[in-house]
This record gives sequence, structure tokens and C-alpha cells, in this order.
Amino acid sequence: MSTTVSTEKPGTSSSAAGRAGDSVFSGLSLAAGILILVVLAAVAMFLFLQAVPTFTAAPGDVTGGKGFFAYIWPLVVGTLIAALIALLIATPVGILVALYISHYAPARVAKPVGYVIDLLAAIPSVIYGAWGATVLAPALVPLYTWLTGYLGFIPFFGGPASQTGKTMLTAGVVLAIMILPIITSMSREIFTQTPKLHEEAALALGATRWEMIRMSVLPFARPGIISSIMLALGRALGETMAVALVLSTGPLIPSLIKSGNQTIAAEIALNFPEAYGLRMSELIAAGLVLFLITLVVNMIARAIIARYKEFSGAN
Amino acid sequence: MSKRIDVEHLNVYYGDFLAVQDVSMNIEPRSVTAFIGPSGCGKSTFLRTLNRMHEVIPGAYAEGKVLLDGDDLYGKGVDPVTVRSMVGMVFQRPNPFPTMSIRDNVLAGVKLNNKRISSSEADELVESSLRGANLWNEVKDRLNKPGSGLSGGQQQRLCIARAIAVKPEVILMDEPCSALDPISTLAIEDLINEIKTDYTVVIVTHNMQQASRVSDKTAFFNIEGTGKPGRLIEYAPTSEIFNTPQKKETEDYVSGRFG
Ligand SMILES: Nc1ncnc2c1ncn2[C@@H]1O[C@H](COP(=O)(O)OP(=O)(O)OP(=O)(O)O)[C@@H](O)[C@H]1O
Ligand SMILES: [Mg+2]
Repeated sequence: MSTTVSTEKPGTSSSAAGRAGDSVFSGLSLAAGILILVVLAAVAMFLFLQAVPTFTAAPGDVTGGKGFFAYIWPLVVGTLIAALIALLIATPVGILVALYISHYAPARVAKPVGYVIDLLAAIPSVIYGAWGATVLAPALVPLYTWLTGYLGFIPFFGGPASQTGKTMLTAGVVLAIMILPIITSMSREIFTQTPKLHEEAALALGATRWEMIRMSVLPFARPGIISSIMLALGRALGETMAVALVLSTGPLIPSLIKSGNQTIAAEIALNFPEAYGLRMSELIAAGLVLFLITLVVNMIARAIIARYKEFSGAN
Repeated sequence: MSKRIDVEHLNVYYGDFLAVQDVSMNIEPRSVTAFIGPSGCGKSTFLRTLNRMHEVIPGAYAEGKVLLDGDDLYGKGVDPVTVRSMVGMVFQRPNPFPTMSIRDNVLAGVKLNNKRISSSEADELVESSLRGANLWNEVKDRLNKPGSGLSGGQQQRLCIARAIAVKPEVILMDEPCSALDPISTLAIEDLINEIKTDYTVVIVTHNMQQASRVSDKTAFFNIEGTGKPGRLIEYAPTSEIFNTPQKKETEDYVSGRFG
């Protein structure tokens, strides 16, 4: 990662044809790189221009009547809460499943389990949403009633619990299931790439299998795990259908087991078809905010990975 | 510290393939034993059975007995994890943990099995192990830097420090110098001469000079052809193997008339 490719001295080896190929290739890859940046800039530009009317409108004209900021922040918090719940559930489960597949399960079990996990990623989100709303939500109602009964003093579990189960927590669980395959398959991939050398170093010191995983596999895989979590977070933040179908929306409230709360993506999806004029501009501004959130999340992830670079073994 | 090893009629298999056949030998404590022989004759395979590291490879298993001061390493209820904490190993390619600092690398084995160790004890152990591996003076100012930032020879000595930090009875080395330059190689050979006062050392090497420089006894392994099992041909004091070998095969090999 930190290696720099030194350009070959003229006349040392490659033929003229090889050099022509080189410049064609570098030209192509440069063009591809520029294209991506142009598209990205164009999207950002579009969002911004379309959103401008919202920022200049009188606060009373914006939905809610108190300006754009008052409109958007509950949605931002709702988005983050849903994504956080999903990550809190999917990260440990995903990593454990990946470890089981890569380092514990016999080959004849590992293959099918890995295959099934990958299949989960191919299921469209509408299906998850429908399943979440019709099967999972009712099934979770007793749990929610129990939670308010015993843990109701914690604001997250404040009652009365929703009797349909269409709550933030249900949405978070559905999102967790949706992002699980991302974390699992990426982590598994990286776990199996751990150099034998380092695994044997740990085992030869008298490490048990779990200790070997802690000493060799997890440190090696850490940047990969972080990337997979970030990718999963991106999906969770932007997921529309599952949340739109599962959550019975409302204003921002601390309780995760009552109806209420809303995410940016679902807000856009639910209101976009009938929106025009300022309302349309508001929704696009909301999209811009979501875009910024994902950007910030990605930058944080890069910063975390860079911090461990010196110890990554890449040198 | 330092125990004797007695191997009795050991066969090692990779699945159906018999890789090493019927090896018996006695290795004295506080001595250096060298394994030599052509590539593929099963030196590494046999070495790994001395701390059950071969079990890491799917399908590999051993039959026979390996006794460490009389205790069978393959006895019922013997945990390979305990075996490996008594019989340490240094590999062909230096393999310090890349994400750990030099200090943490040395302490890696000590902190296993939930053992707690005070910070002052740890400091002492780090220093004594690194001194034992002739590395202290080179790294004492950068103990918190990653181990992967050292040169190959330094990394290999770090691996030796890591192995001796757990105070094993035996240290196995599989071609520990083959990835190193001559100077680093000499540093490791000096080190082997020093640590044999405390440990039983077994070393695999392709370098005959190295075998004659560092070892007290030498075992010559050979293989009749591909697909055939490796066997122990001759095992004797090193000077005898190199000067007055009993077997024709050994003589051919050590004089370079092999094959
Ligand atoms: N993981 C494995 N699976 C199957 N067969 C193996 C494995 N490792 C080694 N073998 C076989 O066992 C035999 C002995 O191999 P081994 O690596 O012990 O030889 P060696 O004497 O150490 O050779 P070298 O000097 O090249 O290191 C060879 O025939 C080899 O092909
Ligand atoms: Mg070998």
C-alpha cells in the first residue's frame, strides 16, 4: 500500500511496443479515474442546485413550519439510530459466523453455510421489508411488551410498546439481517487470507485456536473488517424499502419500541411520488444530507485504517 | 529446563501418504542436533512431530512414540497446546507478529493462557529474552516499534527471543538461516551455541558447514525416490558423520556426490 511504483529507466528492458501499451493503459486508467470524479461531482452539483430553494425559503414554508434544520435533524438522528442498531447486531454476529466458516467448521459444513450467507445478499430489499412487516414485527411484540415491563425505565424501552411491532428496533433488526452477508462474506474472505506463517507462529507458542485467532487472524483482518463494516453501514444508511415497509413512522422519540421515528431514505421514498416544488427540493436537500453523512462515515473509516498502517504488516 | 527427547518407531502420514518411516532416535538435553538430507526427505515433517505442529495440516498424523523426559507427547489426554508451550519452534521465514511491537512480540507467548504478568516482570523478561537472542542492543531504543520494521536477521532473532521467553524445554528450528545473509547467519549460529547451555536444540539445515559448526550430533535422512517415505539413515556425533560415516549413502551425501 505504501509502495511506490518506480518508472523503469529508458532502454533497460521493455520494447517500444510494451511502452506504447503502457501509455495506452495509463491513459485509460486516468480517464476512468477522471470519469468517476466527474460523475461524483455532477451528482453533488445536481443535489446542491435542486436543494438550494429549501435553504432560501422562508422557515414557515418548509414542512413542519420551522425551517429546514428543524425538519431534517430528527431524520438524521433516526437514520443514525437505525444504522447503529443494525451494526450493533450484525457486526458481532457477522464476524463470528465468518470465523466459524473460516477457522472452525469442517470444509463440508463451511461451504454450504458460506453459500447460504452469500444468497442472503441477493434477496431484494422489498422482500426483507415485506417479511419484516408481516412476520418479524408481530413476532417481536411479546418481546417489546416484556422489555417495557422490565426495562421500561430506560428511555429506549419506554412504553407503551407498539402492538404492531412496527418500530425502530424491528427496522434495525431487519437492516441487520440485510447487512449481515456483507460483513460475513468480506470478513470470511480476509480471514482465510491470513498468512499460514503467522497462524503457525501463534500455534507454535502454545496458543489455543481462539488465541491464535486473536493474535494472528484478527489483527491481520482488522482493516478488512473495518471496510466491511463501513460498506455495511453505507447500505444501512441508504436502505429505503425495508425501513419504509417495516417502520410505522412518526416524530423522533427516544423509545425504540413505540411507533415513531423516521429515516432520511424512507422519508424520501415515501414522499417523493407526490412531491413537487418546494417539497421536492426539501427531499433532495435531505438526500444531500444523507450523501454528506456517508461521505463523513467513509472518511472516518479511512482515518481508522490509516492509524494502524504502521502495524499492518504491509511493509 | 532442557529435557531429553526419545523417539520410538515414528511414522508420519499426510493422509494416505507415508512421509517418514520408522524413525527412532535419542536426543540429549543441552545439545544441538542437526537434521540434514536432500529436499523432500521429511526433515521438516519429522521436526514438526516433535511439537505436534504437523497436526495443523489437515490429514497429517503420526504413529509411534515421542517421549519428553519419558512423558509421551502423544499420550492420551495430552493437549498439543501444552506440548507446544514446552517445545518451541523457529521457522524458516522470520514470522514476528506484524501488528505487534517488538516488546509485545517477545511477550506474545507469555501472555497466553490468560497468564498475568506485572509490568516490571515483563520489562525484565523482555530484556533477558532479547539479550538471550543477542538483539537487545539493537532494539532497546525502539521496543514499541513494530517487529516487522526490523531486518530479516533481526526478525529471526526476535522470533528466537519470543520462543525462549516462554522458557521451553526444547527449541526446534527449521532452516532458520536460509532466508538470511551470511552475517546474520553467523549471528544466529553464535546464538545457537549460547542457548544450548540452557535448551535442547534441534535444527534442520541444508548447509553442511552450518551443521558441522553448530551441532553436537547429526542425523542424516534420505529418500529412495519420489513417493517413497523418508528414513533416518545415520545418526551419530557430527564429526563422525562428516569424517567417518558408516553408511555409503551418508558419505555420498556429505561429500557432495549425491544423486
Ligand atoms: N502439507 C503437506 N501435505 C502433503 N504432503 C506433504 C506436505 N508437506 C510435505 N509433504 C510431503 O512430505 C514429504 C516430506 O516433506 P518435508 O517438507 O518434510 O521435506 P523436507 O526434508 O523438509 O524438505 P526441504 O529440505 O525441501 O524442506 C515430501 O514428499 C512432501 O511432498
Ligand atoms: Mg523442510
